[in-house]
Amino acid sequence: MANFIDRRLNSKNKSTVNRQRFLRRYKNQIKKSVSEAINQRGVTDIDSGENIIIPKKDLSEPTFHQGQGGIKDRVHPGNDQFTTGDRIPRPPKKQGQGAGEGDASDSGEGEDEFTFSISKEEYLNLLFEDLELPNLERNQLDKLIEYKTVRSGFCAEGVASNIDIVKSLQGSIARRIAMTASKRKKLKVLEEALLALNNDKHDNIQQQRDLIAEIDNIKGKIAKVPFIDTFDLQFRNYAKQAVPTSKAVMFCLMDVSGSMDQATKEMAKRFYILLYLFLSRTYKNIDVVYIRHHTQAKEVNEHEFFYSQETGGTIASSALELMNNIITERYNDNQWNIYGAQASDGDNWADDSPQCKAILEQQILPKSRYFSYIEITQRAHQTLWKHYQEVEESHANFAMQHIKSVADIYPVFRELFKKNTQSAA
Amino acid sequence: MTNKNNTAETIKKTKVTPLDDTPDWTFDLLGQYQHEIARVADFYRLDTYTNQIEVITAEQMMDAYASVGMPIGYSHWTFGKKFIQTEQNYKRGQMGLAYEIVINSSPCISYLMEENTLTMQALVMAHACYGHNSFFKGNYLFKSWTDASSIIDYLLFAKNYIAQCEQKYGISEVESTLDACHALMSHGVDRYKRPQKISLDEELKRQSERAEYLQSQVNALWRTVPKKEQQENEKKYIFPKEPQENILYFIEKNAPLLQPWQREIVRIVRKISQYFYPQKQTQVMNEGWACFWHYTILNHLYDEGLVTDKFMLEFLHSHTNVVAQPEYNSKYYSGINPYALGFNMFIDIRRICEHPTEEDKEYFPEIAGSNWVDTVHFAMENFKDESFISQYLSPKLIRDFKLFHIHDDSDNNYVEIGAIHNEQGYKKVRHNLANQYNLSNIEVNIQIVDANIDGDRALTLRYTPHNDVELGDSKDEVLKHLHYLWHFDVKIIQETKSGEDKIIASCPQKSKDD
Repeated sequence: MANFIDRRLNSKNKSTVNRQRFLRRYKNQIKKSVSEAINQRGVTDIDSGENIIIPKKDLSEPTFHQGQGGIKDRVHPGNDQFTTGDRIPRPPKKQGQGAGEGDASDSGEGEDEFTFSISKEEYLNLLFEDLELPNLERNQLDKLIEYKTVRSGFCAEGVASNIDIVKSLQGSIARRIAMTASKRKKLKVLEEALLALNNDKHDNIQQQRDLIAEIDNIKGKIAKVPFIDTFDLQFRNYAKQAVPTSKAVMFCLMDVSGSMDQATKEMAKRFYILLYLFLSRTYKNIDVVYIRHHTQAKEVNEHEFFYSQETGGTIASSALELMNNIITERYNDNQWNIYGAQASDGDNWADDSPQCKAILEQQILPKSRYFSYIEITQRAHQTLWKHYQEVEESHANFAMQHIKSVADIYPVFRELFKKNTQSAA
Repeated sequence: MTNKNNTAETIKKTKVTPLDDTPDWTFDLLGQYQHEIARVADFYRLDTYTNQIEVITAEQMMDAYASVGMPIGYSHWTFGKKFIQTEQNYKRGQMGLAYEIVINSSPCISYLMEENTLTMQALVMAHACYGHNSFFKGNYLFKSWTDASSIIDYLLFAKNYIAQCEQKYGISEVESTLDACHALMSHGVDRYKRPQKISLDEELKRQSERAEYLQSQVNALWRTVPKKEQQENEKKYIFPKEPQENILYFIEKNAPLLQPWQREIVRIVRKISQYFYPQKQTQVMNEGWACFWHYTILNHLYDEGLVTDKFMLEFLHSHTNVVAQPEYNSKYYSGINPYALGFNMFIDIRRICEHPTEEDKEYFPEIAGSNWVDTVHFAMENFKDESFISQYLSPKLIRDFKLFHIHDDSDNNYVEIGAIHNEQGYKKVRHNLANQYNLSNIEVNIQIVDANIDGDRALTLRYTPHNDVELGDSKDEVLKHLHYLWHFDVKIIQETKSGEDKIIASCPQKSKDD
């Protein structure tokens, strides 16, 4: 006795709930894994999900089980060389002769971590949970607006290039029909009368002649109605519509003077990646401009930015100036959301710091959505930090944080962008 | 082919047209095969629950995997973890999915995977729907520990109850409770008592009153005010009076500060643990029985001319993969394959019945030459792995498997070969192999000995080592879970060689004062 049931069309993903439960429970480990994975990425690589790695021991569910020591008797198959009483020296690691049973996999190493994938969405959500773009709402109203020209019907005036031919000719036909309607009606009557006269057996020469003259007259009038008139012309009308822009430009400014070593740059890189990922959640198109500087600033590509070596002193204002120039040239602040992120070890030529402050306050900050400064150093703060601190006090869209080690980056990033940034003046 | 049956031969003479052997299955063809398999199964007196055969996709199979074979599981992260693991392994091609999953219920639910070929579906039907199914219905452990007719209802009840609790008390609370219960799951069974069967009606009827009643009982117990004078006479009133091996049961009934809903969850986990308990003890037998029957039934169909050579070749290919036993030094070796051992033992029993050798007559006087169908049925019904092996493992099979015994005493810096497949070794090998499947050797012996209800309510467990094996490292983690349920101090003691009790693990958190 048996019944067959076709369940194939039943819902799959019975385990979805359980998967969510799993993600929920291991949120902390997953987040840690996510933030570690940042290191492996290029700044603009955001299309992929992420492999999450959790140490197996964190996942294990403990039970009482037997441990080591004592006497163990095991039976194995395939004896090919042993006889009763043989003694085999114990292999250096415990349990040489096959694992018998239990969880230990004897297939070698590489099983001590639990790896699985999460989707891009899940990845970004985890990465940026509880974060928001600073000041976004306020600025979107007054500043972040870009105008887009859209068609909005037709109008009677305009430039010749905007003439809509179909619409104009439609107007022309209508006008011509309207202007000739009564004449055509009269013409029809006359032509019928003429036909009647022609069919008449009597001669009506004079009447015919009059009629013909009249018909010609009317035909002439009809012909005189112009084929097209300025009155007919229709021009395509355009209106400007406000749309919030989805373009953003992100300036990465980094000190590459001799005092910045590769490890410091890697830390800065992680910060930029985070910022890029974060912005990409809100903006469709993001340009990234890399500016490196020692005593002079230079715009470079990503690879050069992170990996080429430079030596020399530091004048931070050169980078800010270059950034300002690039904004003026290429990124109109009416159309672009401008974000700046500066990373430095805090070294700067002392006399230059007031200048940095001035450029920031007068040029860059008024145009930017947000400018963040991170100082990656183990040492005490120097003049640049002090001047920037003054900027921070007076500007809501400027933020600065101090990073000591890699582990600080993610918390600092969260600190910079956490929801409900302290309400600025 | 092994021995032909008289009936099979008579049928073969009348010309039969073989069943269709195209690779792609249809429900029609499944029905035809099912019909023939059922007929043969009946011929061999396989008594089964009604079959409910469900065709599912690979994805659904992974879902089923993740819920450890429970058709309806409550929500918990550990099933999510299993699902992710399965999915990863499957996607990377590290594992194929099982061809079937079968559930001990009435009607007996078997899942067939859509991707299987027609031959595979026939194999699976013979294996699961008649092999496992008849085992569930006939084996004494399943008969006494599980009630197939109510398990689905009970699981549904459990799922809904836990979902309700999550709504009422929050996911995190429920999750912690479940975690704690899972850690103690294998200590939720009375090994030496026959349990009551799970019956849904009863559960529902009694659930709410039980909750209240239990709570009142617990309160009564803890209200006992100790009288100081009496205390001197006898360190009196040890509770529990006898050591308790069923930790979850003890918690459910006696934990002082557990919420009623938590007690119910403890009970649910305990009941589910009980449901799986027979399966743990009959892995070799159960799989061996199912393999034996798919092999026997399909060969019977072949002898009747109902299935073609092509069908048989594909079937045998899968069959030999399943019952292969890698040797100890093979890189594929991961212990003894229960399918291989079980299948060969049943085949061997049949051989002893039909063609006994002198050796068999000496070792198995009572079955040599008997009716094999009777004998295998008797073996299936009345044994578990441990006793099955010690009863039926024949010298021939020990030789065929080249079994050898390793004695590993951690005091020595060598391991010793205790016995091999020779005349002197047979009994020792058999004895040791049987012990390997003895749950009381595999699972740790840990029992609640004192709850100190007159004092600080500290719970004491005693670990009694088997063969001096230490308790595994995770004991501290498990104690945290136990502490979560008990709310007061918990500790594990073990008797040292000098005869004193030593605390080997404890979970000392500040106990709250009420």
